[in-house]
Amino acid sequence: MLDKILFYFFAAVAVASAVLMVTRRNVIHSAIFLITALLATAGIFLQLRAEFLFIVQIILYVGGIMVLFVFVIMLVNLDVALQQIQFARQKWVALLVALALAGQVGLMFWSSGKMPGQGLPVLTAAVASNLPPNSETVAHSLFDAYLLPFEIASVLLLVAMIGAVVMAKKRT
Amino acid sequence: MMEALLHGTIDFLKLYWAPLLCGVAVVAVLPLIVGYIVLVERKLMADMQARLGPMRVGPHGLLQPIADAVKLLIKEDIIPDNADKLVFWLAPVLSVGAALLSLAGLAIGPAFQIAQDINIGILFVVGISALGIFGIVLGGWASNSHYSLMGALRSSAQLVSYETAAGMALVSALLFTGTLNIKSIVEAQSKEGIWFVMLAPVAFFTYLVASIAETNRAPFDLPEAESELVAGYMTEFSGFRWSLYFLAEYANMIVVASVATTLFLGGWLRPFASVPWLNVLDFLPALLTVAVAAYCIVRVPKQPTRVQQSFMMAVAGLCFVVGLALVAPVVLPVAKPFYAGIHGGFWFISKVSLYIYFFMWLRFTIPRYRFDQLMRLGWHFLIPLSIINVLLVGVALIAGSYFHLQGWGLLLVTTPAAVITLVAALLILAVDKERDARHDPNAASDFYAG
Repeated sequence: MLDKILFYFFAAVAVASAVLMVTRRNVIHSAIFLITALLATAGIFLQLRAEFLFIVQIILYVGGIMVLFVFVIMLVNLDVALQQIQFARQKWVALLVALALAGQVGLMFWSSGKMPGQGLPVLTAAVASNLPPNSETVAHSLFDAYLLPFEIASVLLLVAMIGAVVMAKKRT
Repeated sequence: MMEALLHGTIDFLKLYWAPLLCGVAVVAVLPLIVGYIVLVERKLMADMQARLGPMRVGPHGLLQPIADAVKLLIKEDIIPDNADKLVFWLAPVLSVGAALLSLAGLAIGPAFQIAQDINIGILFVVGISALGIFGIVLGGWASNSHYSLMGALRSSAQLVSYETAAGMALVSALLFTGTLNIKSIVEAQSKEGIWFVMLAPVAFFTYLVASIAETNRAPFDLPEAESELVAGYMTEFSGFRWSLYFLAEYANMIVVASVATTLFLGGWLRPFASVPWLNVLDFLPALLTVAVAAYCIVRVPKQPTRVQQSFMMAVAGLCFVVGLALVAPVVLPVAKPFYAGIHGGFWFISKVSLYIYFFMWLRFTIPRYRFDQLMRLGWHFLIPLSIINVLLVGVALIAGSYFHLQGWGLLLVTTPAAVITLVAALLILAVDKERDARHDPNAASDFYAG
């Protein structure tokens, strides 16, 4: 019961603040609502007993990336930004893509149960006290099972970062 | 629907009444503690500057925090005309909320923890307390004033830069435990019989510097540098909102001090907790408080007025009672079960106080950094140093497990690692200085310096 209430609370907050983020005209307000949406998603992670994902979401997205976002937004002249046209003119393309996506989701719901072994999988809930600690599980899969892909990904990120620094650097 | 909500609430209360009660107690008591930390700070500053400090309200100014709180509460609450009202209202609440929430993860003793045994313990405390930055940044932006915005920009740049160094320092201490759980971290230190400050001194130093920068304390208090920015992000805030920022700053100090205590200084453990012949140290807390009580009684005849004399007697009595409570678990077999709780609390609070005392001491002795100096210290010195340190501590640990070293024996491998890190640090400084010499000293890149 409690789980359900908490889930619907977090989900409602996430969806509402995501909608508000898109519709606000003031960029800082949008940023605040994006932070709220990220925090609500973190809450859902915590409810799934993925506490490591919960804190990584908060530290990286909210505490790191969003701080930088807000930092950059504050340097932008908001009065100019407000007068510019807010929405891009790709309405029809966006509508088409959204419809296709909605159709795909609908098809999945419709087909569930119709074909044997293909619909929505129904998983039985694990007993909460028997779950392995989340951070250990993540660590083992990252540094044991998938060490090479993990290292390749980090090298890729490093290259991207260095590239950004080189491009941003003033030519002297 | 209503019934379901009611049942949910009842379930919730049944499960979590104890942490809720503790949380309410912490939120209620913290402002008072912060008030007295401020008083101690002012008294210490006065002492170091050969003044008396607050003396008027109560004996030796002991009631000053209460007077200050009342003053702040009844002050006029001003919201600037052009401010973004909603964000202006939200910002101080965010700041103080994050600071208070992160207190929930801390363990003062083996039994005193609001959020019991969270698997991500230390990450929770660090991550949530970092959210307080939004209070500062949004508050500075919402004030619609140049000084505030400048303070907010400085603050976010400073926090983002120093968080990396602090995180790396935490990593090198966590390598010794292999867990993020706060209780297990302290238990690992009791099992090894040595505090991690001995095993990872460089990490402790890095964390110390980074934590000063993260709490915006002098000498890194650039976001509120009063000689340049009036009061930085707090310029437009007054009365209760201002006091919320103040509360958040000091609560954050308590949080970083507690994290350092837990990770590096052995948490609630007594010094040399696993050396049996030093068990006499258990009498030390009681002796200290009784000594304070005796000193108060000696000072009583020298007090000029009757009120001050009786107040001194009251303080002496209080110290004596605390001393009794501290000695009881050591002597009386009945009170033995409370030993860990009472003495753990004493040692934890003493270590946190020492850490905060060091913060204050730095504030009175070191002049404020310039912003480009601060950035250079963070990016050119602390971050490379902490990365090298993580690497070398890892190597030392592998060597330690190869030679089956444990406890104090680990010092054999970690000391060379620390020495090599120090040499590297000197090298970094030398390279930095040389690069500076090649640059034109007048063309200092003072971004955001105003």
